[in-house]
Amino acid sequence: MTQLSAGEIRIALIGAAAVAAAAMLPVFDQGFYLTLSLNIVLFAALCTAWTLFSGPTHYISLATAAFFGLGTYSVALGIDVLPFPVLVAAGGAVAALLAGLVGAATLRISGVYFVIFTLGLAELIRQIVSWTQVKLGASMGLYVFTDFSEAHIYWMMLALTVAVFATGWLITRSRLGFALQIIGNDEQVARHCGIDTARLKIVLFMISGAFIGMAGAILAPRYSYVEPPAAFSPTVSFLVVIMALLGGTRRLWGPLVGVVPFTIVMEFVSARFPNDTPIVIGLAFLAIVFVLPDGVLGRLEQLRARLRRSRPASPAAVAAKEPA
Amino acid sequence: MTAPALSIVGARKSFGGLVAVNDVSFEVEKGELFGLIGPNGSGKTTMLNLISGALEPDAGEIRLSGEPISGLPAHQIARRGVARTFQLVRVLPSMDAERNVMAGVVFGGRRLWGAEARDFARELLALVGLRGREQVPVAAMTYIDQKRVELARALGADPQVLLLDEWLAGLNPSELAIGIELIETLSRQGRTIVMVEHVMDAIRTLCGRCVVMSSGRKIKDGSVADVLSDPDVVQAYLGDDDDA
Amino acid sequence: MEILVTGILLGGTYALIALGLTLQYGVARIMNLANGETLVAAGFIAFWLFTSYQVSPLWGLLVIAPVAFAVNWAIYVWLLRPLVDRAKNQGMLEVDSILATFGLLFLFQGLMLRSFGGAYVSYTFLAERFTIFGSPYGLNRVVAFLAAALIGASLWSFLYLTRRGTAVRAVAVNPHSSNLVGIDVAGTAALAFALGGALTACGGTLLSTFYTFNASMGVLFTIKALIIVIMGGVGDVRGAVLAALILGVAETSVASLVDPGLTLSATYALFILVLLFRPQGIFGRQQT
Ligand SMILES: Nc1ncnc2c1ncn2[C@@H]1O[C@H](COP(=O)(O)OP(=O)(O)OP(=O)(O)O)[C@@H](O)[C@H]1O
Ligand SMILES: [Mg+2]
Repeated sequence: MTQLSAGEIRIALIGAAAVAAAAMLPVFDQGFYLTLSLNIVLFAALCTAWTLFSGPTHYISLATAAFFGLGTYSVALGIDVLPFPVLVAAGGAVAALLAGLVGAATLRISGVYFVIFTLGLAELIRQIVSWTQVKLGASMGLYVFTDFSEAHIYWMMLALTVAVFATGWLITRSRLGFALQIIGNDEQVARHCGIDTARLKIVLFMISGAFIGMAGAILAPRYSYVEPPAAFSPTVSFLVVIMALLGGTRRLWGPLVGVVPFTIVMEFVSARFPNDTPIVIGLAFLAIVFVLPDGVLGRLEQLRARLRRSRPASPAAVAAKEPA
Repeated sequence: MTAPALSIVGARKSFGGLVAVNDVSFEVEKGELFGLIGPNGSGKTTMLNLISGALEPDAGEIRLSGEPISGLPAHQIARRGVARTFQLVRVLPSMDAERNVMAGVVFGGRRLWGAEARDFARELLALVGLRGREQVPVAAMTYIDQKRVELARALGADPQVLLLDEWLAGLNPSELAIGIELIETLSRQGRTIVMVEHVMDAIRTLCGRCVVMSSGRKIKDGSVADVLSDPDVVQAYLGDDDDA
Repeated sequence: MEILVTGILLGGTYALIALGLTLQYGVARIMNLANGETLVAAGFIAFWLFTSYQVSPLWGLLVIAPVAFAVNWAIYVWLLRPLVDRAKNQGMLEVDSILATFGLLFLFQGLMLRSFGGAYVSYTFLAERFTIFGSPYGLNRVVAFLAAALIGASLWSFLYLTRRGTAVRAVAVNPHSSNLVGIDVAGTAALAFALGGALTACGGTLLSTFYTFNASMGVLFTIKALIIVIMGGVGDVRGAVLAALILGVAETSVASLVDPGLTLSATYALFILVLLFRPQGIFGRQQT
């Protein structure tokens, strides 16, 4: 439990190589591919952060847009006063605070209420932000002028993604991760083992929210003008759910499997058929439920298990396998 | 005089119109192996749910070594030293036996972690007769072995009071003998145990004292020999048979 | 006073929508997040019937309600029942049905965008003044309220005075023992789901007579309906009606006293209060 297994070392090496390769990208292209890759890295960060919470707890959070928008707004509001890294941290902190409040109000009750609540949360905050801006006499939007190029934003987002993965990995190795695994198996048993399930879920939701807020903060310089409807766009929340579930949430890197292809598909759809994005999103949801209930990753593991079963399997091999 | 390990005063719980536990009181001394019996639906499981905090009593008080615990959330009651098994066995299906037991060890009384936690979990698995089966996924285990895992998990918390809900139910005769011996061993180690059971032989062999519930009420308590020969108790069980 | 009356008139239509959802969730145990799309679709059809064929929305109900019933019945039987059958526990069904009805939500929304575009739509129906307690109100709002009350009353008589209705209520309380006493639980669930869809469609039709709507507004109504259902207690008809009126009044007050841009905040404030203090609903008993 304290030492790294051979598998973990291998994954770490592959991961490091992938990150290094990704970091080289802006050297070769500053145009279309960089923009696309930034989107991919953005959704990788968002979906993995989302999965930190929703993977083990099975709560479907649609609060992504709210956290994200708060992060964006923290930067937009403070860019003339405070240094950028401080604002990113602040964006994370504000989002975590909101996550804590929402979690405390809804996570003790049924999962349906949580979904509904988070569904309207972005809209609610958008209304409040717009209203406050109008009341304070300011215009609807805020300007964000920085010296960052798209490559800078890309590197920062990549670093954030690495941080999300590192956090997720540390969690799985900690008591917290073990507790989550138990909750995922049987919440009542978890409580009778002495696990404060309500508090754990809130803490996890806050961690996840903080990363999403930071992603919003980092992305803020990309739009030079920040407006509530764009910053709190609910589509982001749904895309994150779809990509994460398409990939599979049982493993930390599962969402990546969904992020890469789906970002590319969405890029294509929104360029060619901008009015039909809802139809694509709708079909994606139905596909998740009816075709890929455990994501692509779950499907692959199922296939592998079936292949292995058709050969004579040793019980030890089965015993060694256990979802992390 | 020290406080009893567990004392229940006037506990009551109703579900809508049905009073599942109605003004029940009893005390369990430290180190005692205490029986809780009664016909089906008499409220035994509900009583255990009240003690372990799965349900909150409508009225009455429950004290653990003199400290009131009623109304606390289940995880706090667990941390104070109440561990339980479930009538329908509840293991953590995606894990192996060792991780199942570690769930109790890591978050229960001793709050161990890492190698220490694993070693203690192995010790407990050996105690319940599963030495060498640590890495077997519990989903692939037989019913009795799952029950053993569940018991080891409860023991992992190093509880002051252990609640067993029909732990012996569903075992075949040879397994039953092993199970009875195991509970006897635990009791000899000085643990305080409350066992709900339908297997009367086991109650006779194991328990010193017991409480009998019927339709939510306590109808009798005292030494097992007295209680089981009481006409009211016999009537309660026979009446139950007539209904069935 | 004006706020109160306007709020209650609005609440009448809300009640119908929420009754639709509470039937679907309370009896069929499916949280239908595409409920608002049913409503908006009904509004569009009413709009289309009215502007193209001069069919009054009230007559339109006679077409829209049966169509909504049929469509929702088909959705339940073909799409959702397989999920009910495969679910190993309530939690799995919950997640599956949320995701599936999200799929429907976006699919319907996309189809409506294709057919009607994204613009706001409204039409003029009975836009005359009608005086209550000396203040003028739109006649269309009053008529919508009366129609909603009539439909609500018929629902009540169905649920409480007929055998089928009693079966629906029994399944809402306990599907398992309903099965034991010989009620066709699966059929009743489908019926309730279809009926719920039809009610929501009626609500949408009535709403369209006085409300400006567009293709992507459904979600907002789903949220409102859900909040009403939760406030009223799941499956509780009386609670849903009362909660709908409360929400109507609260929204109208905030819109006219504070700012129309903050109606959702009013809804949410109510939602949070309910979650914190009465998660089992206004009349609900403690959940076990
Ligand atoms: N969560 C609940 N909600 C509603 N009723 C309940 C609940 N739990 C138990 N009951 C009812 O309370 C009564 C007592 O149940 P309980 O499970 O405590 O009985 P028991 O003595 O453990 O029976 P058995 O020997 O069959 O296990 C039963 O009538 C049961 O149906
Ligand atoms: Mg029982």
